[in-house]
Amino acid sequence: MKKGRMCWAALAMLVAAMPLAGCSNNGGNGGDTVNIGGLAPLTGNVSVYGVATNNGAQMAVEAANEKGGVLGKQIKYVYYDEKGDATEAVNAYNKLVQNDGVVGLVGDVTSVPCIAVAQEAVKDGLPMITGTGTAAAITEAGENVFRACFTDPYQGQVMAQYAAKKLGSKTAAILYNMADDYSSGVAEAFEKEAAAAGISVVEKQAYQTNDVDFKSQLQTIKGKSPDILFLPVYYQDVALIAVQAKQLGIGATLMGVDGWDGVLEKIDKSNVSAVEGAYFCSQYSAESEDPDVQRFIKDYKAKYNADPNMFAVLGYDAMNILLESIKTAGTTDSAKVVDAMKDIKFKGLTGDITFDKDRNPVKSAVITTIKDGAYKFVEYFEK
Amino acid sequence: MGFLSQIVNGLGIGSIYALVALGYSMVYGIVQLINFAHGDIIMVGAYVTYLVLVVAGAPLWVAVVASLAFCALAGVGIERLAYRRLLRKGAPRISLLITAIGVSIFLENLFQLLFTSSAKSMPNLFPGPPVSLGGLQVGRVTGITLVTAVALMALLQLLVQKSRMGKAMRAASEDTGAAKLMGINTDTVVAFTFAVGSGLAAVGAILYCGAYPLINPYMGNLLGLKAFVAAVLGGIGSIPGAMLGGFLIGVAESLTKAAGGSQITDAVVFGILILVLLLRPAGLCGKNVREKV
Repeated sequence: MKKGRMCWAALAMLVAAMPLAGCSNNGGNGGDTVNIGGLAPLTGNVSVYGVATNNGAQMAVEAANEKGGVLGKQIKYVYYDEKGDATEAVNAYNKLVQNDGVVGLVGDVTSVPCIAVAQEAVKDGLPMITGTGTAAAITEAGENVFRACFTDPYQGQVMAQYAAKKLGSKTAAILYNMADDYSSGVAEAFEKEAAAAGISVVEKQAYQTNDVDFKSQLQTIKGKSPDILFLPVYYQDVALIAVQAKQLGIGATLMGVDGWDGVLEKIDKSNVSAVEGAYFCSQYSAESEDPDVQRFIKDYKAKYNADPNMFAVLGYDAMNILLESIKTAGTTDSAKVVDAMKDIKFKGLTGDITFDKDRNPVKSAVITTIKDGAYKFVEYFEK
Repeated sequence: MGFLSQIVNGLGIGSIYALVALGYSMVYGIVQLINFAHGDIIMVGAYVTYLVLVVAGAPLWVAVVASLAFCALAGVGIERLAYRRLLRKGAPRISLLITAIGVSIFLENLFQLLFTSSAKSMPNLFPGPPVSLGGLQVGRVTGITLVTAVALMALLQLLVQKSRMGKAMRAASEDTGAAKLMGINTDTVVAFTFAVGSGLAAVGAILYCGAYPLINPYMGNLLGLKAFVAAVLGGIGSIPGAMLGGFLIGVAESLTKAAGGSQITDAVVFGILILVLLLRPAGLCGKNVREKV
């Protein structure tokens, strides 16, 4: 009896949940709207990224609709939560294409589901742009897959050029995490580009995830007294390395990439001099004087009661790139939209964007320095 | 010069290992328990320092006293709540070991619950430029760590050799049953040993925070394991052995990294453990006691 009641309860819950699950399924193809699909992890481990990216994309759609939409029609943004899972993402993608008749896709957010979805999208030829997926394999899937963020190695190249051209550095040392693809990839790209830019890499040292003692590596680096010390690692490690470098009396200028974002929150005020004068690059700066950026920040805060992070901004840019391409193509025909996107010259919140032959963005990076214990926007820099 | 600096850096982290290893060794010497929760006492000490120093804004010496006192109390408390009944009943060693692992997991999860798993940053405890020792530049923290550790070890040696309680500790470690028959309150001795060991770990924690100013609930894990290796290397149960083992492990780590082998540093440390167990199970300073059958 008890078991039977449980079954009924479960069934009732299922029935009740059905209209919820189907609520965004009634768009259909054509009609009086242009349907754009979205995929993001809105729940689960990486939901922080997904929610922000999705919010950004949504704001772009709302802004466009206020100005009359595209091709004389309102835009309808249909999005699904894929929970950070590749299988869920592919299922959701199929739903977007088959039930919702989307003409383009903004997503996915993290690399693994992104690669899975890209492989499906290639079969359909559907214009797809990810705001935030950095893995090389995503855009390698096919001609119709783009991304709005720059790739990891690109950051290494940018910093090498910046050191050579703007800081006049002649020698560099690298300390990276050899157990992390991001870190070793950026380190390698930096090393290659440095050689091309006329900087000699005098020392390259590695460590392992969860290491806390870097004095041995730093001591070796100190012996070579390089102009700069390049740290392509995440902010917690940066905090530990910078403080130990200071303890040993290393005077090199510290440089890093977007993994540095957040470092000041992990360094106590009394230690902050360890990162003073350091430079790192990122996709976007909240301190940019661009009025569009400032307006976006204000609107985002008003709508979501939170500061927009890099993901929100990239979601916004990705959506706008797709909308602009549809506008330029003058049709929602997939092949024509893809062609328009390849040739796009787009001014976004993360800088001026064009695409290279691999459909990776060519755009300027934001250079940030740490001055008086605070992040300070320096300039946009293109290698 | 570079080589010498690497040795000094190794001695720096080695003295922290040594301070922690002492706790393992002393407890083992008396109750034959490998107290795997000992590594987490460092973490407790670090968080107490953080609370007093950063949250309450008190000066460093208050933090040192508070951390020392709290850790000593925590050590005694753990002994009282988790181990004493087992010890009294003469429970098999494996039960004690499992209990110790349980306490370790409990502490880690408790602190994760209280402080979240995201790392907290510590202030600069020993500000100032590197110090120069005969042309050799040494980080200030490394210098302070070395001096403090050596001083504490000398003090401990004095305590164990000269004081009444030290005598009782030595007696209990030689033969607990006989010590009891001679009128020594072994419960007090055991509690005292836990208090001293945990107090040393607290000092280790503060020195650790000076050198590596980020703390998280799992920081004691690997640190504790390496200190345990140091204790075994020196001969578990031996106080000078624990110090020697700590320094050796620190220097071995530092030199491995300096030689470009940072990916095998942990392998080297635990390789040493395996070698010691194979070649000289009693450790460098340990007495070779034949197991009675």
